[in-house]
Amino acid sequence: MTLRSLACSALALLAVTPAQAQELNALVWCDHSDPALVAPFEAKFGVKVNLKEYEGTAAGLTILDQSQPGDWDVLVIDAVDVGRAVEAGKLAPIPAEALPTADFFPELVMAENNTVDGVTYAVTEKFGYNTIAYDKTKVDPADMTDLAMLTSGKYDGRIAIYDYYLPVLGLLAMGQGIATADITADTLGSLKAPLFALKKASKQVSDVVSAQTALATGEVDIMVGGGEWVTAVLAADNPNLDWTIPKQGGLRWAQSIGVVAGSTQPDLALEFVKYIVSPEGQAKLATSACYWGMPANARTGEVLTPDQKAVLRWDEQADFLARAQLYPIPDAALDTAMQDLWTEMLQQ
Amino acid sequence: MSLAARDRRVGWGLVAPALIWTCAFFAVPFAAMLALSFARMEGRAVVPGLDPGNYVRFFSEWALFKALLTSLEITLVVTVVSVMLAYPLAAIIAFRVPPRWQRLALLLAVLPFWTSYVVRSYAWLLVLGQNGVLNKALLGAGLIAAPLEIVATRTATVIGFVHFFVMLLTLTIYANLVQLSPNYARAARDLGAGGVQVLWFVILPLTLPGVVTGAFLTFVLCIGDYITPQILGGNNDLTLPQLIMLQLGRSGNFPLASALSVVLMVVVTVAYAGSARWLRLDRL
Repeated sequence: MTLRSLACSALALLAVTPAQAQELNALVWCDHSDPALVAPFEAKFGVKVNLKEYEGTAAGLTILDQSQPGDWDVLVIDAVDVGRAVEAGKLAPIPAEALPTADFFPELVMAENNTVDGVTYAVTEKFGYNTIAYDKTKVDPADMTDLAMLTSGKYDGRIAIYDYYLPVLGLLAMGQGIATADITADTLGSLKAPLFALKKASKQVSDVVSAQTALATGEVDIMVGGGEWVTAVLAADNPNLDWTIPKQGGLRWAQSIGVVAGSTQPDLALEFVKYIVSPEGQAKLATSACYWGMPANARTGEVLTPDQKAVLRWDEQADFLARAQLYPIPDAALDTAMQDLWTEMLQQ
Repeated sequence: MSLAARDRRVGWGLVAPALIWTCAFFAVPFAAMLALSFARMEGRAVVPGLDPGNYVRFFSEWALFKALLTSLEITLVVTVVSVMLAYPLAAIIAFRVPPRWQRLALLLAVLPFWTSYVVRSYAWLLVLGQNGVLNKALLGAGLIAAPLEIVATRTATVIGFVHFFVMLLTLTIYANLVQLSPNYARAARDLGAGGVQVLWFVILPLTLPGVVTGAFLTFVLCIGDYITPQILGGNNDLTLPQLIMLQLGRSGNFPLASALSVVLMVVVTVAYAGSARWLRLDRL
C-alpha cells in the first residue's frame, strides 16, 4: 500500500466515522430501555441511542446538574414535573407544530404542564392510573370499587401500598372528597388518619417489583396505587390480576418527553421525540417490557393488536379519564410536608 | 541528599498513589458531604451555610431518630446471630474437615456470594412467602396448620442478612482458627481442661480478633444496607439508609440526606473505636 492510498483510506475513515458514531443520549425511565422501542429509530437515522435509566425527578435533575452541557439530548420526566425542569433550565423549547398533539386524547395534551409561558418544552408520551390492582380470584371485585373497603377489616394483612407518597396521598384525598389539586398544608392533616389506617390494614409498603412479586406469588391480594402498569406485564402468566378505578376516582399518572437544554444535536433529539409520540413509537412504548401504559396518541389504536388493547382496556378510557385526576403538584414546602407524613406512616 | 532523606522520598513515592486515591475518593467527598449537611433547603434550592437545622431535626423528630434505633436493633441481632452460627461452622471446617477438603468446604460456604445481592433477596421472598418453599414443606409435613407470616417482617430481614453475613464471618473466623497452633489446646488438656474449658478459656480468647473483625465488617455492611429491609422487610421497619434514600428520590433534600449519612458514619466510627482493641485485619 502506498503512502497516498494510506492517507486516502485514513481520510475516508475520518469522513465516515462521525456519521457511524453519531449517538443520542437519553435520560429515561425503564420502559424506554426495551430494545424493540429504539431499534427502528436507530435503523432509520443510523444512530446509536444511549439510554440511562433514573428514578425520581430529583435524581434525574441531579444527573443533569452534574453533566456538561451537551452530554444529554433527551429527557423523560414525570409530566407534573416539567415546570420544575424548565425552572431549573434543563429543558429546551420544542416547536409545538412539529408534534402530533391533535391526535392525542384531549386530556393528555396537558398544555398546562408541558408549556411554560406559552412555550412548549415537552410532550406527553404515556399515561396510566394509580388506583387499585387486585387478584380477582382472592377478593370480591365489587369491594374494589370502594376505597373505604380497604380499611373495613375485611382485607387486613392482604394489602400492599405502592411506596410513592404522591399517588397514594392523592388517592386517599379523593377518598376524603378532596380533589388532588386542592391538597394543601391545611388539608394534608385530614389525610393522616386514613393513611395510618391504611398502613395498619396493610402487609407491606413496596416498590414496583416487590409489589408485583407479592401480587404474583399471592403474598398480598391488593395493591393500593397499582394499575395497568403493574398487572399488564403479568397478564400472560397471571390473568387473575385486574385493576379498577373506585367510585371515589383514581389518579392519572403521565410521563412527558423533551429535548435537554444545551443538546448539541437538538434536531436529532426532536426527531427522537417525534418518533416516540408517533403511533409506531407509541405502540412499542405502551407495551414495553418494563411496564405497560396507555399511549398519549389516540391513533396508536390503529397499530396495537386487539389483545394489547384489551389488556390496556382501550375501550374504557373515556370513562377512566373522566373519573381520574392528575397527580398532586406540590410546591417544595408541601412536598416536604407530604414526605414527612409518609415517613411518619412508615414508622407506624 | 542523605540516605535517610532518599528513603523518606521513596517511601512517600510508594505511599502517594494510595494517599491520592484516599483523598480523592474518600476525604474530599466526605468533606463535601459534611459541608452539605450544614446547608439548608430554600424551596428546591440548596443554600450553603452553617445551619445545624438538619441535625436538630434528626434528633428532635421521633420518626427520623427511630430509624437509627431500628437500624441498630436489626444490626445487633444480625451480628450476634451470625457470629453464633458462623463460629461452629468455621470450627467444623477448620478442625473436623480433612485439610484436602477444607478448600472445597470454604468454596461451598461462599457460594452464595456469587449471586447478585438483589437477586438473592428476591429469591428469599420465594422461599419464605406464604406459598413459598418453607411454608409448603412445613404444611406438607403437617408441622403447621396455616402458613407462617414471615415475609414483610423483621424476621425476614434478619434471615436475609444472616444468610449473607454468616459466609463473611465464617471466612474471618476460619482464618484465625487455622493459624492457631494445636499445642495450645494440647497443653490445656494436659493440665486437665475439658473440651468446653479448652474452647472457652483457650480457643475463644485467641480467636477473638477474627470474631471481632468479622463482627465489625458485618456491623458496617448491615447498618448501611437498605435493599434487604426494603425487599424482605416489606418496608415495615424504616431503617436509616432507607430514610436517606427517601430524601433523594423525588424531593432531592441533599442537606438532610447528608446529615443522616454523617450520623451513619459517626455510628460506624463509634463501632470501630469500640472494637479497635481486638481488630486484627492482618489476620484476614
